[in-house]
Amino acid sequence: MNLFRSHVLVCAGAGCVSSGCLATEEALVDEIAKLGLDREIKVIETGCIGTCDLGPVLVVYPEGIFYRNVTADDAREVANEHLLKGRIVQRLLYRDPLTSQIVQTYGEMEFFSRQLRIALRNTGVINPEVIEEYIARDGYEALACALTTMSGEQVIATIKESGLRGRGGAGFPTGLKWQFTAQAHSDVKYVVCNADEGDPGAFMDRSILEGDPHAVIEAMAIAGYAVGASAGYVYVRAEYPLAVKRLQHAINQARDYGFIGDNIFGTGFRFDLEIRVGAGAFVCGEETALIASIEGRRGEPRPRPPYPAAKGLWGKPTLLNNVETFANICPIILHGAQWYARIGTEKSKGTKVFAVAGNINNTGLVEVPMGMTLRQLVFDVCGGIPGGKEFKAAQAGGPSGGF
Amino acid sequence: MAERQANSSQRQMILPFVDQPGGLLKALHALQNASPAHFLAPSDLKLVAEVFGVPEAKVWGTATFYSLYSTSPRGRHIIRVCESAPCYVVGAMDILKVLEETLDVKPGETTGDGRFTLEVASCLGVCGVAPALMVDLDVHGNLTRDRLNAILAEYA
Repeated sequence: MNLFRSHVLVCAGAGCVSSGCLATEEALVDEIAKLGLDREIKVIETGCIGTCDLGPVLVVYPEGIFYRNVTADDAREVANEHLLKGRIVQRLLYRDPLTSQIVQTYGEMEFFSRQLRIALRNTGVINPEVIEEYIARDGYEALACALTTMSGEQVIATIKESGLRGRGGAGFPTGLKWQFTAQAHSDVKYVVCNADEGDPGAFMDRSILEGDPHAVIEAMAIAGYAVGASAGYVYVRAEYPLAVKRLQHAINQARDYGFIGDNIFGTGFRFDLEIRVGAGAFVCGEETALIASIEGRRGEPRPRPPYPAAKGLWGKPTLLNNVETFANICPIILHGAQWYARIGTEKSKGTKVFAVAGNINNTGLVEVPMGMTLRQLVFDVCGGIPGGKEFKAAQAGGPSGGF
Repeated sequence: MAERQANSSQRQMILPFVDQPGGLLKALHALQNASPAHFLAPSDLKLVAEVFGVPEAKVWGTATFYSLYSTSPRGRHIIRVCESAPCYVVGAMDILKVLEETLDVKPGETTGDGRFTLEVASCLGVCGVAPALMVDLDVHGNLTRDRLNAILAEYA
């Protein structure tokens, strides 16, 4: 195995791809090879680092130097100056929007230092297309731990104690949902992941699927074990082709490694999953409409009850959770319910991912503890309003949210 | 004769989905993706009804429910301009207007040379780089009037 003296992360979330990061990456890799540094420096394509309006973005490790708005020409300069000669390219550094001070490293930027990343723990850090990078970050350890040291009931008890609530919007206690599905009597049950993120302005789920697809796959397998399901579906909207591609790649890799499929970790537990791509219907984010769509029908909602936990996909008990909810599961299993329950507020535990857009200095993706105020989010994390203007209004939670 | 051959290759394409639970949408996706004009022709829908053993009306009802299926022919490339709130507030409608003028079409229409179909879309989820659009499967963000021509030039 090669040892590299430096790693360069290139953000390749859909936002940065649209800003031309693939050309930047190509120029960087090309220049590094020309300089004969390709055995010393490794370029890694990651999921969304979070700073969408600063893209394309490079982070050079081990120092953690953060470069923003890097064009292909800039990337060649970074290779020649920074990577070859050790001189940081000052003009590409980030400037704090409030203090106008240059901030050199990722860790010093308030945008990152004020975040607490649990659901986004790997997003923007690892290459989502390389399962070994996920494994190196404790990936699939939670699944192994659940399958070999815990009963299904213990898994559900842990999720209940953690206080995790559904991140799709309704905030229903996740552990309770798992319990209802586990208690439903049926020899066939399903686990479904709702990735039909349709609300305008929201891209949390897209970023997780693009940046850390294994986190969702592993959590769904754990959920399958807990509720007694051996098949799962991820329903992704068709507007997210990159998420579909990376997730499919991840599913194939997980299957090759035996993390999904038959006899997982030699325990006899079987779980496999499949992607279903939507076809452009906002209403399919609603769970009963989503189920109808997976069944190959018009995505029309039906009245509840019966809830999917009792009668869901093809009339069978179905556990349906959102992408971000699933992304919280593995850390809870690994670090324990108490660890998670210490974060957040009395009634809302843990963290929440926000997709921030509009007239704000740092648009993008952030994850902060529950209970953070809107003021802290807008001004402290996201750098406030451009041009020193006054705050006028913010809309939270999409079209069905409030101002 | 040519039509019958086409019909037979399409039949082969969708046969694997018949035994898959809920495979009907997959069949529609496959047929539309394989169509050079990116649409589901009446003969496609009839074929799906026959192969899946469901009424033709049901297939039409399903296909027309979803906005990404088209039952009329479209251009070689499909432009989808995001018109959701985060794009709207930073000028998505100006972008749409420039495209309408440049291409001389309204949303839903195809250029005379069959190169582009212009459509509006719900949130593409790249609000951090709004305003945004997709051409086929490629996302383009931080759009300006000047960038549009360069983007269009990428698609022959």
